[in-house]
Amino acid sequence: MTAALLIDTTRCIGCNACADACKEANHLPGEVETTLTARTWTVVEAKGDVYVRRMCMHCEEPTCASVCPVGALHKTAEGPVAYEESRCIGCRYCMVACPFGVPKYEWDKTLPRVQKCIGCIGRLRAGQSTACATACPTGATTFGEREELLAEARRRIRESPDSYVHRIYGEREVGGTHVLMLAAVPFEQLGFPVDLPERAMPSYTWEALSKIPNVVSVGGVGLLGIWWIIHRRMQLERSEEVDVDAGPHLAQVTSRDGGRS
Amino acid sequence: MKPSIAIPRITFWRGVFGLIVAAGLVATWVRFTRGLGASTNLSDRFPWGLWIGFDVLCGVGLAAGGFAITAMVHIFHIERYQPILRPTILTAFLGYLLVIMALLFDLGRPYRIWHPLVMRNPHSVMFEVAWCVMLYTTVLALEFSPIVFEKLRLQRPRRILRTISVPLVIVGVLLSTLHQSSLGSLFLIMPQKLHPLWYTPMLPVFFFISALGVGFAMVIFESYLSGKAFGKQLELPLLSHLASVVAVVQLVALVWRLEDLAFRGAWEHLGAQTLPAATFAAEMIVGALVPIVLFAVPRWRQNPNTLFLGAASVVSGFVLNRLNVGITGLELGTGQRYFPSWMEVAVTMSIVAIGFALFGVACRILPIFESPKVQIRRLRRTRLAPAPAPPVSAQA
Repeated sequence: MTAALLIDTTRCIGCNACADACKEANHLPGEVETTLTARTWTVVEAKGDVYVRRMCMHCEEPTCASVCPVGALHKTAEGPVAYEESRCIGCRYCMVACPFGVPKYEWDKTLPRVQKCIGCIGRLRAGQSTACATACPTGATTFGEREELLAEARRRIRESPDSYVHRIYGEREVGGTHVLMLAAVPFEQLGFPVDLPERAMPSYTWEALSKIPNVVSVGGVGLLGIWWIIHRRMQLERSEEVDVDAGPHLAQVTSRDGGRS
Repeated sequence: MKPSIAIPRITFWRGVFGLIVAAGLVATWVRFTRGLGASTNLSDRFPWGLWIGFDVLCGVGLAAGGFAITAMVHIFHIERYQPILRPTILTAFLGYLLVIMALLFDLGRPYRIWHPLVMRNPHSVMFEVAWCVMLYTTVLALEFSPIVFEKLRLQRPRRILRTISVPLVIVGVLLSTLHQSSLGSLFLIMPQKLHPLWYTPMLPVFFFISALGVGFAMVIFESYLSGKAFGKQLELPLLSHLASVVAVVQLVALVWRLEDLAFRGAWEHLGAQTLPAATFAAEMIVGALVPIVLFAVPRWRQNPNTLFLGAASVVSGFVLNRLNVGITGLELGTGQRYFPSWMEVAVTMSIVAIGFALFGVACRILPIFESPKVQIRRLRRTRLAPAPAPPVSAQA
C-alpha cells in the first residue's frame, strides 16, 4: 500500500496540533515557525479566513529525487519521499527544482542538511500513521491509501458541491502527489502553484538525458571518421609531395621559385 | 624565456590582485567556519546564486576553447591553429580546476564532492555533469601534461601520450559536448520557474552553441591579453580567421534563438518595455549583434583592438546569458530577489584573479607559447613547401 494524506482545508481550525506533533515525532528543535523551514516541516498558514497546511506533497514521481545526483532523496515503496543525510553533498538542486518549493536548508550550520517532511517514514514502517494525521482533532488531515482518499475526496465534493471548488489539488499536478488537498476557494488564493503541468517533471529532463547514448555513439564514430578521412588525404598528399621533390616536376617547382625570388 | 621568479615588484595589477585575494581569504574563512548562511545572500527562496551562476556556468563555458581548438587541430587537421593550441589547453585546464574550486565553496558538504562517483542516479543531470566534468578534467590534465614533460625532458611519457592523443581528443570532445549542453539541461526541469524568454526545450543546444562561440572568442581575448603581458607578437591572421568563425557561430545562435522565441510564442515578452525584455535584448546586442558586425568587416577583424573588442563583447554577452538563466531568469520567473553578498563577490573575484595569476606563472615557467616541437614542425613544413629555398634557385 502507498500511504497518502487528504487535507480538507474546510475542516481545519488552525490549531497547529499537526505542526506540534510533527516537531515532537521528528525531534525538531524550536517553536513552530510561520513558514516552512529546516526546523518546521509542516505549518498551518492563514490565508484570509482559510487555514491551509503546508508540507511536502510527496509526489508520485518526485522532482527532488530525480535531480539529486547522489540519490539522497528517494521515493520509498511506502509512499513518502525520504532523505538519506549521509549521501547528500549539499548541491541544493532539489531546492531549486522542487515545483512546490518544499526542501529547506540549514543555512546557519557549517555542515548543513536539506530538510523537509519525510512522511513519518519510520512510523509508517512500524505500522502507524503519520504524526500529523494522528494529532489532528477535526479530521482535516486524514491518513490512508491514495486511491481510497481520492474516492473520499470525490465523495465529499459530490455530497456538498457548494462547500468546495471542484478540484482535488494533487490528483494530477506534476503526475500526482501523495498529499491531496480540498478547499472552498481556488487554490491560487491559497498560495499553491496552479499552472503546474500534469506531466511528471522528471520527464522534461529525461527528454534530453535519453539522447546521450546517441550523441556519444554517433558523435564518436563521426569524429573518428572525420579524423581518419582527413588524415588519410593528408598522407596521400604528402607522399605526392615527396614524389614531386624527387621526380621530373622539380624544374617546375624551382622555376616557380625563381620567378618569385 | 628564462624562469624569473625573483621577488616581484609591486605594480598596480599586483596590488589589485593582493587586495582581491585578501578579501577572498576573509570570505573563505567566514564561509568555512560559519557556513553558507553567514557568508552568502542565498536563502531557502533562492538557493543558487553567483557561485553557480557565474563561477560554474560561466567558468565551464569560458573554458570551452579547449575542446573546440583541440578538435580543430587534431581531428580536422587545421594545423595553422597549432600555435594557439597550448595556451588554449592551459586556459581550459585552469578553468576546470577553478570551477571545481568554486564548487567546493558552494557545496554544503564539499568533502563529499566524490559521492557521485560511487552513488548513482542516472536520472539526474547533475550526476551526468559531475561525471563529465571529472572525466574531462582528467582528459585536460593528460592533454596538458606533454607541456610539463617537455619542460622536464621526459620523452617516454610524451611518446605514450602521443600514441593515445587522437582517442583522447575524441573522448574530450564528446565529454565536452555532453556537459556543456547538460548545464543547460539542468534548467529543463523548472519550466514554471525560469522566465519564458530563457526557458526552452532547446536550452541544451543553445548552451552548447554559445559555449562553442565563447570558447573561440576566449582564445582571441586571451591571446590579446597575453600578447600585451608578455610582449608577444599577435597571431593576427590566425585570430582574425577565428573571428570570422565566431561571427558565423554567433549568427547561427542569434537566428536560432529568435526563431525559438517565435516558435514558442514568447515574442510578446519582448514587446513590452520591461526588465526581462531589456535584459534579453542586451544579451542579443552585446553577445551577438556587436561581435557579428565587428567580425564580419575584414578591416575590423584584422585590427587587434577591434578584434579584442569583438571578443570581449562575445564574452560579456555569454556571461550575461548564463547569469540570466542561472539568476535573473529565475528571479523574474519566481518573483524572488537575490543580490550576492560582498563575500560571494570576493570569492568569485579571487578565483578569477587566481586564474589570471596561474596563467601568467605557467606561461613563465612552461613552454606554452612556442614549443620547440612546433618550431621544428614549422621548419619542416617550410622545407617541404617549395617557397623560400634560395639554394635551389641558385642551382637553377
